[in-house]
Amino acid sequence: MDKTWNNKAWFLVLPVLVLVAFSAVIPLMTVVNYSVQDTFGNNVFFWAGTEWFEELLHSNRFWEAMVRNLIFSFIILAIEVPLGIFIALNMPKKGWGVPVCLVLMALPLLVPWNVVGTIWQVFGRNDIGLLGYYINALGIDYNYVQDPFDAWVTVIVMDVWHWTSLVVLLCYAGLVSIPDAFYQAAKIDGASRWAVFRYIQLPKMQRVLLIAVLLRFMDSFMIYTEPFVVTGGGPGNSTTFLSIDLVKTALGQFDLGPAAAMSLVYFLIILLLSWVFYTVMTNYDAER
Amino acid sequence: MARIDVNHIRHSYLPNPRKDSDFALKEVHHTFEDGGAYALLGPSGCGKTTLLNIISGLLHPSHGQLLFNGRDITNLSTQERNIAQVFQFPVIYDTMTVYDNLAFPLRNRRVPEADVDRKVRETLDMIDLAGLAKKKARGLTADQKQKISLGRGLVRSDVNAILFDEPLTVIDPHMKWVLRSQLKQLHRRFAYTMVYVTHDQTEALTFADRVVVMYDGEIVQIGTPAELFERPRHTFVGYFIGSPGMNVLPVALEGRTAKFGALRIELPGVPKAEAGAVELGIRPEYVRLGREGMAVQVSKVEDVGRHKVVRANLEGREIAAVIGEDDEVPAEPKVRFDPAGINIYADSWRVEMGA
Amino acid sequence: MLELRNVTKTIGAQEHIRDVSLTLQHGSLNVLLGPTLSGKTSLMRLMAGLDAPTSGSVWFDGKDVTGQPVQKRNVAMVYQQFINYPAMTVYENIASPLRVAGVDQARIDKEVRNAAALLKLTPYLDRTPLNLSGGQQQRTALARAIVKNASLVLLDEPLANLDYKLREELRAELPKIFAAAGTIFVYATTEPHEALLLGGNTATLSEGRVTQFGPTVDVFRKPVDLVTARTFADPPLNTIVLSKKGSDFLLEGGVKLPVPQELSGIADASYTIGFQPHHLSLERPNASAVPVRAKVTITEITGSESFVHLDFADARWVMLAHGILDFETDDVVEVFIDPRHIMVFDQNGRAVTASKLAA
Repeated sequence: MDKTWNNKAWFLVLPVLVLVAFSAVIPLMTVVNYSVQDTFGNNVFFWAGTEWFEELLHSNRFWEAMVRNLIFSFIILAIEVPLGIFIALNMPKKGWGVPVCLVLMALPLLVPWNVVGTIWQVFGRNDIGLLGYYINALGIDYNYVQDPFDAWVTVIVMDVWHWTSLVVLLCYAGLVSIPDAFYQAAKIDGASRWAVFRYIQLPKMQRVLLIAVLLRFMDSFMIYTEPFVVTGGGPGNSTTFLSIDLVKTALGQFDLGPAAAMSLVYFLIILLLSWVFYTVMTNYDAER
Repeated sequence: MARIDVNHIRHSYLPNPRKDSDFALKEVHHTFEDGGAYALLGPSGCGKTTLLNIISGLLHPSHGQLLFNGRDITNLSTQERNIAQVFQFPVIYDTMTVYDNLAFPLRNRRVPEADVDRKVRETLDMIDLAGLAKKKARGLTADQKQKISLGRGLVRSDVNAILFDEPLTVIDPHMKWVLRSQLKQLHRRFAYTMVYVTHDQTEALTFADRVVVMYDGEIVQIGTPAELFERPRHTFVGYFIGSPGMNVLPVALEGRTAKFGALRIELPGVPKAEAGAVELGIRPEYVRLGREGMAVQVSKVEDVGRHKVVRANLEGREIAAVIGEDDEVPAEPKVRFDPAGINIYADSWRVEMGA
Repeated sequence: MLELRNVTKTIGAQEHIRDVSLTLQHGSLNVLLGPTLSGKTSLMRLMAGLDAPTSGSVWFDGKDVTGQPVQKRNVAMVYQQFINYPAMTVYENIASPLRVAGVDQARIDKEVRNAAALLKLTPYLDRTPLNLSGGQQQRTALARAIVKNASLVLLDEPLANLDYKLREELRAELPKIFAAAGTIFVYATTEPHEALLLGGNTATLSEGRVTQFGPTVDVFRKPVDLVTARTFADPPLNTIVLSKKGSDFLLEGGVKLPVPQELSGIADASYTIGFQPHHLSLERPNASAVPVRAKVTITEITGSESFVHLDFADARWVMLAHGILDFETDDVVEVFIDPRHIMVFDQNGRAVTASKLAA
């Protein structure tokens, strides 16, 4: 659009620009700076070139963490998206139930991330945790500290509990925008519940679903808190995702160079995958 | 197709209606004959859409029964009633092609694909969309979308009635003419039972054989367009139908004469009016403007193209008269009332006139 | 005075407005008439300053205001949807533009009460808009636009969401209200009938172009081209393509339609003849009228009039006749075309008129 007649508007976005510069651009530049240097502490740096990147791309540890991340994101999407749609479809559309459901759905989103971790850490313990204790009492051997499978299940359940609401709320917003006449017409046409979903609700939810999938993908790919608080990346390396690995490298071993290279690669991967997702889904939309 | 009996139906949107005014539909008792084209006409809030939704089963009436061909279907669901409905805003399945939209109601009912194909092709011809069969429905114009909505009803051979809820609201004036006449031709050819809800008198009158005029939750008159025009039963009908509506003047009766202020108006007969507020109704089309009769002051002349509407002041009341496209307002204008167009009302209801 | 000079607006590859030049005077009512997507709303947005034109310029009282944003132009708008502040009373709704302008309380009260009286809202001043009927809500929006004392008031199909009868009432009052306000009014509608009732000037729009601008009745009776004539006809204009030979247009079946006297000088060629539905009649209106036989497709009756849809050769016509005519489908009827009321268009769709012949 050609609305360049008022340059004062720039002053209004200036605070945001400054904020973004301090919170994102400058740290990112620091990271770029670290990624091509080596240090032994005392603020002495040596030029390292692409050494850290090469090392990273040849490291098994990195690729294993990456595969774990991809599997994790896939499972999260496969559970949260259908579950979110299902819950949204079954939420009331009018009456007193609407605000009740909305508040219930918003609750997990309002809990701070480290609290979520602590809650589940305690909840899942098999000695004093409500959940862990009773699962064991049922005769199922559950211990997220020792069994990699149990650790995975715990982290996934946590994420589902924490974030399915987001998908629900987005889908619900799409659903309530469908005029009543569509449902009435479908009844008259003798459409089954499935046909109503497939030909009315799904097409109308498509845009918000795109956003939901994108957000959930990016977020689950960056998973950090849950494994950090609950499993600390273990048992073994079974829940060591890229972010955990990164922190271990950077803060645990104080390898700033390799860690910086890793963050950059990590950042590019997320950017790339998000872009692929977005393009595929919007193209699909445009074709139809 | 079916005959629809609406048996003493009342409806309230409130859980515990007490007063009459709690009812959106006060009491409707009427039969829609098999194969008839009906219009439900009235202002917003008169209950016409409520009645339509009761017929289609989207609403369950608080009281009364609904019969299709003599069978009580009050408690049947919309699906089981086998009706078709066209809504105000086009409802189409926009991820499907035009063809699949029409096939949808048949496939839902598990009709064999060969029959589906035959019926869909027939219907596409009926609604003039055969050329667009393979197009996605979302890219079409509003009038084409409305035709698809209609087509989804026409495609089923067992439909009891086709209901229309202000279907031309979003259609441009030119396309309205085309759609209206196509609809009427379809009715002539296939004798569907059709009920058409609208607030637009032109649509109601041109579409329907019989128009049901509703006001405040009640039916005030049911009649052919000519009856509603010539003999409105209630002053509301006189006002609501006709453009501009009927002139209504408070008068006092004296045998065959109505006294309006100092003026005396000859009536075609002696009205059988009992006590009550008496009014004389005359449509602008029956007010003759010329050099004879009662003197008026003309305040405005509206040229609407095919005729002119003259707004004038008669003894302090504004009245309207319709004159021809090429007619002029005379220098000292006077009006005469054509006796054929005079109706007398007592307490707003029309009274018969004796010899 | 608002002037649009060769204004064009393109968005992406689409031309929404094509080379429009218009001059609107203070105290005038100007109707933009055209079907959906003909560019009415786009043109209004350019007039208001909500959009800047891609090329061309907008002038107000001799000053170039192209690109000046809407906040600086003193414009009021009324939309098809009833837009009011739901939490404020009708009084506060009407007063809102005056409060923004910092007018003193005594004058606000006076102006609000004047506007309310003009729009018959006095009894409802203490209610909130959602407790009003659609008609009253739109009256509130109109009152707010008028009280603002804007130099340009834009109304985008303001009556489209109202019931037919309410529309009729408000339509009859609007010209009086406009006359009292004395600013430039622009009124968009799809309905020819509405344009005629409002009077004033009309600009007919088709595919982003203004096809004609002038006093409403002139545009209706003397359209400069076929597109304008079609835009400004409800029921649709009857047309037929005929070839002219000597002093006659040749109709199917050997019938000759005499060329109007004042057009006798036009060349022998193919022309499109147009006439309004009420100029087709069952009885011979005068000695020069020409009878043709046409087939009835459908008859629509309004109670006082009948619309008879006819097929003649490959043309589809509508006849508007008084009284009730109940023809059956496929009846063949004899109808008369009155040569005094025909419009003649050349092959490019331009109207052929006596004045053009003289030039």
